[in-house]
Amino acid sequence: MKKLILVICLLITSHLSLGAGDIQLLKAPVNLEDKKSLQRGARNFVNYCLNCHSASYMRYNQLQLIGLSEETIKKDLLFTSDKIGNPMSISMDAVDAKKWFGAPPPNLTVTARSRGADWIYSYLRSFYRDPSREMGWNNAVYKNSAMPHILWELQGEQILDQKTKKLSLKVPGKLSTKDYNQFVGDITNYMVFMAEPNQQKRKQIGYYVLAFLLLLLVLAINLKKEYWKDIK
Amino acid sequence: MANGNKKIDLNRRKFLLNATSVTGAIGATALGVPFVSSMLPSEKAKAAGAPVEFDVSSVSPGQIKTTEWRGQPVWILNRSKGMLLSLEANSNNLSDPDLKVVSQQPKYCQNATRSIKSNVLVVVGICTHLGCSPSPKLDKKGDMGAEWEGGFFCPCHGSKFDLAGRVYKGSPAPTNLVVPPHKYLDDNTIVIGEDQEEKA
Amino acid sequence: MPNNKNETTGLIGWIDERFPLSSFIKNHLTEYYAPKNFNFWYFFGALALFVFVMQILTGIFLTMHYKPDAALAFASVEYIMRDVSFGWLIRYLHSTGASLFFVVIYLHMFKGLMYGSYKKPRELLWLFGVLIFLLLMAEAFFGYLLPWGQMSYWGAQVIVNLFATIPFIGPDLAEWVRGDYLVSDATLNRFFAFHVIALPLALAGLIFGHLIALHEVGSNNPDGVEIKAVKDKKTGIPLDGIPFHPYYTVKDLIGLSVFLIVFASIVFFAPEMGGYFLEHNNFVPANPLVTPDHIAPVWYFTPFYSILRAVPPILNSQFPGVAAMGLSVMIFFLVPWLDKSPVRSIRYKGLLYKKWLTAFVLSFFVLGYLGTVPSNIWGQFNSLLPLLGGGDVATFVARIFTAIYFSFFIFMPYYSKKDKTKKVPNRVTMP
Repeated sequence: MKKLILVICLLITSHLSLGAGDIQLLKAPVNLEDKKSLQRGARNFVNYCLNCHSASYMRYNQLQLIGLSEETIKKDLLFTSDKIGNPMSISMDAVDAKKWFGAPPPNLTVTARSRGADWIYSYLRSFYRDPSREMGWNNAVYKNSAMPHILWELQGEQILDQKTKKLSLKVPGKLSTKDYNQFVGDITNYMVFMAEPNQQKRKQIGYYVLAFLLLLLVLAINLKKEYWKDIK
Repeated sequence: MANGNKKIDLNRRKFLLNATSVTGAIGATALGVPFVSSMLPSEKAKAAGAPVEFDVSSVSPGQIKTTEWRGQPVWILNRSKGMLLSLEANSNNLSDPDLKVVSQQPKYCQNATRSIKSNVLVVVGICTHLGCSPSPKLDKKGDMGAEWEGGFFCPCHGSKFDLAGRVYKGSPAPTNLVVPPHKYLDDNTIVIGEDQEEKA
Repeated sequence: MPNNKNETTGLIGWIDERFPLSSFIKNHLTEYYAPKNFNFWYFFGALALFVFVMQILTGIFLTMHYKPDAALAFASVEYIMRDVSFGWLIRYLHSTGASLFFVVIYLHMFKGLMYGSYKKPRELLWLFGVLIFLLLMAEAFFGYLLPWGQMSYWGAQVIVNLFATIPFIGPDLAEWVRGDYLVSDATLNRFFAFHVIALPLALAGLIFGHLIALHEVGSNNPDGVEIKAVKDKKTGIPLDGIPFHPYYTVKDLIGLSVFLIVFASIVFFAPEMGGYFLEHNNFVPANPLVTPDHIAPVWYFTPFYSILRAVPPILNSQFPGVAAMGLSVMIFFLVPWLDKSPVRSIRYKGLLYKKWLTAFVLSFFVLGYLGTVPSNIWGQFNSLLPLLGGGDVATFVARIFTAIYFSFFIFMPYYSKKDKTKKVPNRVTMP
């Protein structure tokens, strides 16, 4: 019996972690109500990520859900030949991409659901200089990631202290650390939205459904009580 | 309630039964909505059926070109002066010369030429009988006989339409060809699938 | 005995002369007499039927948009989630329904174990039930491949390879199941066929048989008292029986409402259920070249998966583990003949059975938890320890609980006979 109790204690105290890797993940500033952040994130995503990564399950017109008008989407985010109902795909060929990067850059539409927001946010903040790598960059969250640090002009150059496993900024970039964190925070926020554009609507409908079901429950309880008065 | 807890109240029972049934029925109907609406055209279908642009200046007078909108052929016919004149002569032989069936064209094409600009006819090339695509027979007479003023002929069941897409009497097709919603972005560019703004 | 005389007129009368409509309603609803002392545990049968119908309904609509093609499957699921109007809702109802189906079935089976609902004359009813459970597991397994994510793919790969461990015919059998040398388009296509038509059809038939068997012998109850033993002398109706309709239809409506509140809370507010109902890695398209770091089956398979991992290979063969896993499900078939207790319900059984059942439930939970985590989760034993040295602690714990799991069944004839039972009353007791 003692053994059982021990095991139960172990079960309670042990937590479920998904194998975060070497470093503690940072908390991503996700707020789907913050339309401004989502709009900035969408622009950053289109300008920086959508060159190599596709997000082809997402259609541009769904960006209207974060308050962008059809005109703005057409003017700022679309190539002239594209239509607003088009998916966010890229022209890069998967075979070429594999040749250039070693692995085709993954489709990012639902990455926020597979990796989680905190991972994306931490990943984008954790690039550091590593001369041993072909592209000159490595990542503290995702070791030997094939992706070069395409935002290095904005963030600057970080180095990793191999002993303390801490990152520090060696060469400042165009953005201050605070601004850079907000920049990648916006991208992360947008990617959470993109992974499931209907999630806000889903929750709204959920409240109505629960309210309705509570009403049904109250009625059912009273109905049962009334009928069961027959039963002695 | 205090002393009547075990007393059977048939009215209350009936009321609760009705209230629960109605609520349940409302719930079941509401649950049906997502299922029914999931069968409507999806975002993908809507994107594929999005409005298309067309350069009208690429069609010279007397010529016809075909474009595609929502998977259907749409004809753009640039009618010459002679063609426009022939339209007036037809009226007596047509089923619906006055465009009484208003669903066949938008309001702004509810006119003698069934078009925004009198020379440019935009019409869906699908016969209103059973959905075949008629063949353009633009020239007068020819293989269509001496009476023929130019128009469209459906090979499936022999429906005949004039150069405004109006159906001739005696055709199996019940109504005129459909003029799709369209508008001019500038002098030469039309968008098929979007309505022209109403002028007050 | 049910009254089969036709006293109906009008349209119903017209139908009754040609089809046993009224007598069907009488026999199975208005004059099906169920014990009046059903408790909380008796909601789950009706709820299981409800979830089954929901799965069929949502499944039909998903099939309208899903493409069983390795090149298109993953994208078609995202198409459902985004482009199809309310497709996300239908998909979440289906994915949540799958998990809740197992919740409901496990609780339903636990009820059977508690109140001895498998004992004579309900052995066949129980067998139908275990068969339904078995097919339901197959149905869930086939369905889980369809989203064609990494977990779908590697889960199927691992499970199909279990067949390959069967001596002699194994490798050929696995190849035959896959229709290829690895899980591929051919596998996806046939799993789709099994998932959307073959198994649902079989399940519907078995559920029908389960209900017919139930209504033939009548429902058991928390007291395990046979209500047919004490009948009204005049009417022949069991004194402790009440018509299923309206009394249990209105009562089940409460159960259904509560269940729907739980269901809706998950669907609308936590459809992934923290990665248990929709696994994170399943949002990555299947890639035959890269295995995810940690593959775990969906939660409802994990107790059995733990048993598989717990059994060590013998003579370099994984087969004993596979056999143990198979046995851990199959052994439920034997329960009606393993239980030698003179009473049905746990209320009148002795402390011994209560202890064993508790140990069994505990082992089910512990094994279930261990199946979701890597086997090195609790680290290794000190390498100096005899026998255990260097082994995974979690694997050792899983072995102990696997032993407890099987002991519950194996020793049942012994402890159920030895147990000190209480006297069963003649009539049911009301709470």
